[in-house]
Amino acid sequence: MTMSTEQADRIDGSRFRKWLRAPEPQGWFQSSAQQFHQGWLKFRLHPLGLAGLAIIVLLILVALAAPLLTAYDPIVQDMAGRLSPPSAEHWLGTDNFGRDVFARIVYGARTTLYIIILVSVIVAPMGLLIGTCSGYFGGIVDEVLMRITDIFLSFPGLVLALGFAAALGPGITNAIIAISLTAWPPIARLARAETLSLRKADFIAAVRLQGATPATIITRHILPMCIPSVIVRVTLNMAGIIITAAGLGFLGLGAQPPWPEWGAMAATGREFMLDSPWVIAAPGIAIALVSLAFNLVGDALRDVLDPRGSQ
Amino acid sequence: MANADLVSKRNSDTTFSEEEVAYVAPHPLAIILRRLAGRVVAIVTTLLGLLFLTFSMGRLLPADPVLAITGPEVSKEVYDRVYNELGLGQPILVQFLSYVGRVATGDLGTSATTGQPILTDLLAIFPATIELAVIAMIVGALVGVPLGITAAVRRGTVIDHVARIVALAGHSIPIFWTGLMALFVFYAKLQLVGASGRVDVFYEGLVTPITGFLLIDSAVEGQWDVFQSALGHIILPGAILGYYSVAYISRMSRSFMLEQLSQEYIVTARAKGLGRRKVVWRHAFRNIRVQLLTIMALTFGGLLEGAVLIETVFGWPGLGQYLTRGLQMNDMNVVMGAVLTIGAVFLTINILSDVLYRILDPRTR
Repeated sequence: MTMSTEQADRIDGSRFRKWLRAPEPQGWFQSSAQQFHQGWLKFRLHPLGLAGLAIIVLLILVALAAPLLTAYDPIVQDMAGRLSPPSAEHWLGTDNFGRDVFARIVYGARTTLYIIILVSVIVAPMGLLIGTCSGYFGGIVDEVLMRITDIFLSFPGLVLALGFAAALGPGITNAIIAISLTAWPPIARLARAETLSLRKADFIAAVRLQGATPATIITRHILPMCIPSVIVRVTLNMAGIIITAAGLGFLGLGAQPPWPEWGAMAATGREFMLDSPWVIAAPGIAIALVSLAFNLVGDALRDVLDPRGSQ
Repeated sequence: MANADLVSKRNSDTTFSEEEVAYVAPHPLAIILRRLAGRVVAIVTTLLGLLFLTFSMGRLLPADPVLAITGPEVSKEVYDRVYNELGLGQPILVQFLSYVGRVATGDLGTSATTGQPILTDLLAIFPATIELAVIAMIVGALVGVPLGITAAVRRGTVIDHVARIVALAGHSIPIFWTGLMALFVFYAKLQLVGASGRVDVFYEGLVTPITGFLLIDSAVEGQWDVFQSALGHIILPGAILGYYSVAYISRMSRSFMLEQLSQEYIVTARAKGLGRRKVVWRHAFRNIRVQLLTIMALTFGGLLEGAVLIETVFGWPGLGQYLTRGLQMNDMNVVMGAVLTIGAVFLTINILSDVLYRILDPRTR
């Protein structure tokens, strides 16, 4: 009468699936995997969100496999074949230096990915640290940190990033620093709000009674709790970050030539736009696609996490 | 000092028993004054923060500010003299305070490219940007609000999807690219609009500036051919910039409207037999007017950001082009002055919208 576990597995799907659906998760890893699974089940009901996710995955794949996707070098010039229109040989034509536009788009995906990853890696910890400290300590620390956050928040991001990028000098690293300087405040605000709701929780009081220092409480207990919502927020803001980065690149403050960057490609194509529109068409579409992908994923994520807010 | 007082006051407050606290009812005027003081402190610190940001931009410059003035080959004496004249030997705080002092008296330095004081330059070009932003704002309000409201009222229909696509595109497509594409189509291919600048070259300088807004000035002076040329030049950048505000305004008005439409008073009004149109425009819309006003004020700030890029694309001689020229020429005074101006305008708009909100929305009283 009793089913063997193997039979049960076969009925309920794989053992992994059973593990994901166990009513009582054993340990934090299983519980967060279950949470993630639940989120995914809701997320995959959003076709647009899935489309966005597919584009982001595509971006990563293209960036990783760039040399396999094109035989052309994105940097080597070929003045004889400059500004040739799209053809079987050059799918998206060539630019004013005779470089294959498709190759430059493909390698430009690396630049975009580089910016996305570095900005996230800088902004998330920075916002987390400032936000959690502000929320946990309260009082004068909160006052000062939030005032600084407000100052950064109250100015247009691109203009501020422009100023910093100009001051630091052109270059991809400096552009990333400049963007990060303007992108952390919303993260800090969010982390602060999360911390405020956690601060009074019993488990924090218990840890404190055990003699944990504020540093331990923040880094070991509060910070990890804020990470999921911060990741979501960074995803939501990424579309704006990509647009800002493209704007900086367009103004010549991003990656420096000859390295391919989509914004800069559109800028150099300007002069030849009237006769060779393909030089600017492709990078613009690439930027819009990636930014759109993050917008779509962000919308779906917001829906998954807060079904009430979306209509 | 004021902060320390506040903190100690807060601490002493907590030592009161509950009954005692209940008796301390502050005078309403005192509440208003305290709130006002709080706002003023917030505004002043934000302004100082902005000044500090622009100041640090000037200090971050990797190039030596002395060599930027004197040129690379310079004797030790001249170098030292310029170094001291620039006050670079002084503590950062002193330098910052003297920067604040100079800005307060309207001295933003001199542009290395135009050779003029930055303030003179800014005053001359600012109307061009405002003119562009106003056109964009009008487009944004006239298209965005009706679109958003219709999308909310007819939720799930074609118009709702259209509104969604409009907003998504506005949030995803870089504005400089839209500008370039529009130039390609409407100027190069269809030849419907003027190219760069505010008017055609041969009309330039014909209008004596009264307000600085070319459309108004030329109309007032009756120079209709100039007016026409100016209109042909502003229509494309204005419409594109406007499109980006439509994207934002329509989304916001849609969600405001949806919130109102889910309220019970709407159901009541409908149940009473009131027409759909009346419910929407006479009831729901009235309740979101103030929110919309705030959103539009904030959009105006965002337009300045878009203007930086769109002016560069269209060669529009405004604040944005001034800023990007300064960037390309490495003219740090120009960059600092322009960033400061945009920041200050943004801040002023924030304050104004806050004040308007308080005045117009009875719930905040």
